[in-house]
Amino acid sequence: MTRVLRMIAYRLALGLLTLFVVSLIIFGATELLPGDFAEAILGQAATPETVAAIRRQLGLDQPLHIRYFEWLWGAVQFDFGTSLAQRGRPVADMIWVRLGNTLFLAAYAAVMAVPLALTLGILAALWRNSVFDRVANSSALSAISFPEFFVAYILIYILAQGGWFPSMARVPAGADLGEKLYRAFLPALTLTLVVTAHMMRMTRAAIINLLASPYIEMARLKGMRPSRVIVRHALPNAIAPIVNVVAINLAYLITGVVVVEVVFVYPGLGQLMVDSVSRRDIPVVQAVALIFAAAYVLLNLTADVISTLSNPRLMHRK
Amino acid sequence: MAFLIFLFWAAVTLAVAIALSWGFRRLAAAVTRGEMHRALRDAPLTASFGMMVILIYLVVAILAPLIAPFPERMVVGSQFQPWTAEHWLGTDALGRDMFSRMIYGTRNTVGIAFATTALAFLIGSVLGLLAATVGGWLDQGLSRLVDVFMAIPSLIFALLLLTIFGTSILTLILVIAVIDSTRVFRLSRAVAEGVVVMDYIEAARLRGERLGYLITREILPNVTAPLVAEFGLRFCFVFLAISALSFLGLGIQPPTADWGSMVRENATLITFGDITPLLPAGAIALLTVAVNFVVDWQLYRASGLKE
Repeated sequence: MTRVLRMIAYRLALGLLTLFVVSLIIFGATELLPGDFAEAILGQAATPETVAAIRRQLGLDQPLHIRYFEWLWGAVQFDFGTSLAQRGRPVADMIWVRLGNTLFLAAYAAVMAVPLALTLGILAALWRNSVFDRVANSSALSAISFPEFFVAYILIYILAQGGWFPSMARVPAGADLGEKLYRAFLPALTLTLVVTAHMMRMTRAAIINLLASPYIEMARLKGMRPSRVIVRHALPNAIAPIVNVVAINLAYLITGVVVVEVVFVYPGLGQLMVDSVSRRDIPVVQAVALIFAAAYVLLNLTADVISTLSNPRLMHRK
Repeated sequence: MAFLIFLFWAAVTLAVAIALSWGFRRLAAAVTRGEMHRALRDAPLTASFGMMVILIYLVVAILAPLIAPFPERMVVGSQFQPWTAEHWLGTDALGRDMFSRMIYGTRNTVGIAFATTALAFLIGSVLGLLAATVGGWLDQGLSRLVDVFMAIPSLIFALLLLTIFGTSILTLILVIAVIDSTRVFRLSRAVAEGVVVMDYIEAARLRGERLGYLITREILPNVTAPLVAEFGLRFCFVFLAISALSFLGLGIQPPTADWGSMVRENATLITFGDITPLLPAGAIALLTVAVNFVVDWQLYRASGLKE
């Protein structure tokens, strides 16, 4: 047990280190900005006096490392400073509600996509080279090649035009769960389709790889029932690759969410980020990028830990 | 009912595509000789479909000014006109000819994506081969740097960098190329690692060959095949990334005709049941599918698998 705990602690430390370096990059990148924040805010109105005043107000006259640690210390407590575009408004306020919305949308898509993709992938692997496999595989390959907004607009064209589902996913405050599910259905379906294609192909590849291993052949040659071969021998070993596939694709959801939120005008983090990029509202972009990157690192970390736990050979590696 | 009509058109499109790619394969096999002839003759229909589409895109991109009936940026009529004999695909939100902009979009969108991929490959493969050949602290340093860059989702990283450097075509190309070169670095380094340990490299080192010779004459010829396939796949990713950014309004800027931003500008039409804005998006999808088909075929050939 201590071995397991030590392994998890080690991975966590590694993840934290990665996050620390990522935060350095995210903060450091803004230092590359020609001029600085103060001039960016003032634009035309930048005189030496006003620039100096703003710099003092924002603490820009401090040296780089002090500003970085102040920013990081704030970020850990979910305080990301104030927005540049909407003067004086705390970034945390803008993010809080939207983070919930984005998580809701991602979870909604994941709940639909994961079982669907795993079932399709496993069936395609078991019935390899059948008509089902070929159709599933080539439609997945095409779906991967589609830009997210193409899938989204096709769904709007087919499903929203007939009035079955709303094409604008603005969720009114205080809506109950059913209403929220109904309004967010199209964005969630778009994400599901895109992610399912990736996940299905990777699951299929992982399972085919597994079924080609000698112990599966041995079990078959012993005359074991096919269902028992799958459940007893293949499935326990399939956990690691499948968990990996799921985690990689959930991480993929993070970026997919940005485009889909914009198409459906869904009030989430992705849309906030895109708006802030065009307004060059740097504190907001930094904060959202940090959140997305943290989620990404965390998902990869979880996948790593689970696949190590499910594979004794990785657990007891020298 | 609408669904049945959709199914009908899907079936018709599929049949036409199959017939065309079959014809294209016959034609391509007829005009080539030797090795090339055999490869093309035995290509699967999907691959010949892919090659046909890529060829058409190339021709359209090169001959854009000759094919397009109207200039790229000229306002030629009122806004959102329907499809007519004069304006084949109607006009856009500003009254520019949709069809002409589609044609010019081929040149702009595909050209920029291609340039970006080429730059990403230049940076990534040079550094990757260098890291694998030199080894030591250079390898360690570059690899760890790439690890950290890859811990940030690429679209998010691109958005962050675009905020800082602003949105122009040049920064777009540079930002995407740098981000994508990390993936190229990973692959070229991994492939070259396998080659560097070979005896003939050792022999060349003992002969006292210089680094440049080692990389270009000894290693590069042995890693070309996987790198070419990767180029196709990378192109798809870069193309989709640039289209997504343009769609978000942060990529290729107006008035340059570009498929991603054309979808964004005219998207409102879809809710009124007009499919025109879907066409540029479809053009993106079609090219990506085509490249994927060709890459699949090349990978299959390179792996030497015969069923």
